[in-house]
Formats: sequence, C-alpha cells, structure tokens
Amino acid sequence: MDRRPKILLADDDPDLLDMYRETLAQLPSRPEIHTAASGSRVIAMLEAEEFQLLICDLKMPKMDGLQVLAIVRRKYPHLRTVALTAEVDEQFRSRAYALGVDLFWHKPATEQETKMFLECIESLLGRETEGGFRGVQSKSLMDIIQLECISQSSSVLRITNASLNGKIWIQGGELIDAEAADLRGEPAFQKILSWRAGNFEMLPAEPSRPRTIFNSYNALLLESAQAMDESRGVVTADGVPQSAVSPLAQLSQIAGVEFVLAMKGGQGGYQVARGLENPQRMATWARQNLERFRLLGDHLSAGPLERIEAFGPQRHVTLACQNETEFCVGWQPSLAPDEVREMMKKLLALWAS
Amino acid sequence: MGLLNLFAKPAPTLVRLPSGSFTVDRDGRVLTGTLPSSFPAGLVKDIARQVRAAFSEAAAAQLPLAELVINYPSLKISARELRGGAIVYLSPRAPSSPMRQS
Repeated sequence: MDRRPKILLADDDPDLLDMYRETLAQLPSRPEIHTAASGSRVIAMLEAEEFQLLICDLKMPKMDGLQVLAIVRRKYPHLRTVALTAEVDEQFRSRAYALGVDLFWHKPATEQETKMFLECIESLLGRETEGGFRGVQSKSLMDIIQLECISQSSSVLRITNASLNGKIWIQGGELIDAEAADLRGEPAFQKILSWRAGNFEMLPAEPSRPRTIFNSYNALLLESAQAMDESRGVVTADGVPQSAVSPLAQLSQIAGVEFVLAMKGGQGGYQVARGLENPQRMATWARQNLERFRLLGDHLSAGPLERIEAFGPQRHVTLACQNETEFCVGWQPSLAPDEVREMMKKLLALWAS
Repeated sequence: MGLLNLFAKPAPTLVRLPSGSFTVDRDGRVLTGTLPSSFPAGLVKDIARQVRAAFSEAAAAQLPLAELVINYPSLKISARELRGGAIVYLSPRAPSSPMRQS
C-alpha cells in the first residue's frame, strides 16, 4: 500500500512557506506538505494528526523554533525533526542538536544547496518508512545485528550507552570490525554486546574499513550470549543460579562514594539506596531538583539536563539520569570537583555495563 | 519608507545563551550582573529563583551546599551560595560536533 509521508513545515514567513511547500512537493516520495505559521500552530497540528517529519524555522515570534523543538522532542520522540534557519551563529546549531534534532540546516541559498537539502529530507523520510533505528530500543542489539547480517546489509552501527561509545562495521552481511574505547575487533564487539541498554544509530557503510573480524556473526553472537548468561549469575553445582552481588552494592564500593540512591518513576518505579539513613528525604530533594532544573533547561532551550553537581562542606552530591533511572550519589567532601566528575562517569559506566 | 518602517512588525529574534554572571540577594532581588541586556530579565529571575530554591531546600534536607553546577548540553550554570543569596555564572558550551547525516 502506497502511503505518502506527511511533512509539517513551520515558518512565520508565508512566502517562504509557499516556496518550500512547492520545492518539497517534488521529492520522489511525493510527501503531503502541511504548513504552520507559528509555534503554537505546530503543537496544535501535531496533536491533531500524525506526521513523519517536522521542518521548523528557528526564528519565529512568540514561541521560537528552539522552544517548539524542545516540546516536540519530549512529546513526540519518534517524529523526525529538522531545524532550518538563516542564523549563522554556531551556538544555535549546538543547541538544536542538543535538543535532539535529526538535521540542522542553513536555509539553502543556491541551487546546489537546495538539491542537497532535498536529498537529506528524502533520506530522512526513507529512514522513517524503512523503520529506522529510532523506536526499536525494545529490540536487543543482537536482534539488530542479526537482522543486518541476514539481510546482507552494509552499514555502520553506532551504539551509545551513557558515556560509552562503540561502533560496529557490517559489510555485505558480515561483521568486519568493531571499536569501543581502546578496544578493536572481536574484544570490542564483545564489550559492546555486554552493554545492557543504549541508543542505536545507523550510519552509512564504510566499504574501505580494514577488516579485523574474521569469525562468522553467528559464532560471535553465540559467544556473546554465553558470556552474558555467565555474567548474570553463578550457577551452583545443582544447577540453581545464585544471584550475583547487587549492582547498587557494586556502585557503593567505588572509592569516595558515601551513598548511592537509584530511583525510577512511573509504572514499575522503584527506589533503592545504599549508605543512607533517611533515603526518603534525599530522594525527595533529588527529585525536586531534577525536575526543577529540567524545566529550567526547557525554558532556556539549553537541551536536556545532563547532571547536577552539588558541593558542600559535609559531602558532595551528584544527580544524574541514565536510561530512565535517576541517580543521587553522595561523595566524600575531600574529593575535588574534577575527581567527583570522573568518578561519576565511571559509576554510570559501571551501572550501564 | 521611513514612515512604513514605523509600522513594521518587529522581526522575531532568537535568544542567545549569554556568558556572564549576576548576583541575587536572599530576598530574590537581582543586584548586579554582567549579562547582556538582550537576555530577558524574566529568564534571569527564573534562574535566580531556581538556584536559591535548590540551596534553601538542600539546607532544609540537612545538606548544606556551597556550590551548585547544573550541566546542560549547551549551557553550564554555576552558582555559589552567598549568605542566603547566590552569585550565578552562565557559560554557554562550545558547539559539539553534530552527527553527520547521510
């Protein structure tokens, strides 16, 4: 069934809206183009119907494009977004990407730029119809690699897990290379597979990438699955798995850590703590501040809150969020701010792995 | 032409994240600052209010704080406690290299 993708185009200049509408209508995917002349109209239209792509001018009266994109990213995380602007200030590029836009584009001024812009838009729409990677977090990384290999695809998978980054190169359905921190080849592949959660992004293939992995993908995935099973629990002589040391206990053993509090809101939410006499009081304070500074970040269009560091004479505290889990970690006051920062990165990486 | 311009709609502007500092007293009044005047006073007050609330709630939770650092991808806000008020520094972050699209 042929379904035309729907694009919502937002700009306060009606002449530009007309011009872009005509230009975008010529795309090979023959998209339906809808227009909005203000940020509030964008929000209203998105509430009323489903779109595949939002192209939003940044400079609009009342609610500017950054504010619109901040709301859209939170309310419609699967919607592809493009920020379009005549502003040459690099700060806006940085902020737009921080808000999670798929593409930041200066308003095309030449025929060549228009052609490139249209190609990028078509590519984004194509990814949407092909499924893309966004929204498939429920699939494991193993599933995704298997799908890529079975379909004989060529691509580069970029996997981000908190501060950890990894890449897997697939060429013609074969795993050819992997990279994670200082590791390369099979050890890097196994390391990436050991991450329990993360975000995936599909990048264009790199056919010239030198091959370092020669094992079949099936053998490597099997090896990884075994390693993961082993790490989940020790099996006793009678075959009953023993529970391993709790992850929170591992975190609280990191040098300098005074307490760890992990919280998850919503359905199935929980709150666990180690090293705290009154975890409820600390949890309330942490939640209030995470929410407060998230909202402030939205008002400032500064991007999602990364972390809050609090330094005091009795103890230092870091608040951060990773994979929907909120952390409040207490540190010994003798640690310097840079040390706290580094240790927090390690702690989050340990939790992620 | 000049007359027409008098009635022209003001062009929308994007708020740039500023670099600078300001102080806020214990009553929430913004006293001095080096932020550009183009940065809306309402946003300065909002930052001041949230920072002061964070310090006072920390004290109430028996966690006295001297300094707070709030990190966003494109802005860092640092605040030092100042006898119930605060001195607040805003530092926009350098653009990160965006992921290239195909």
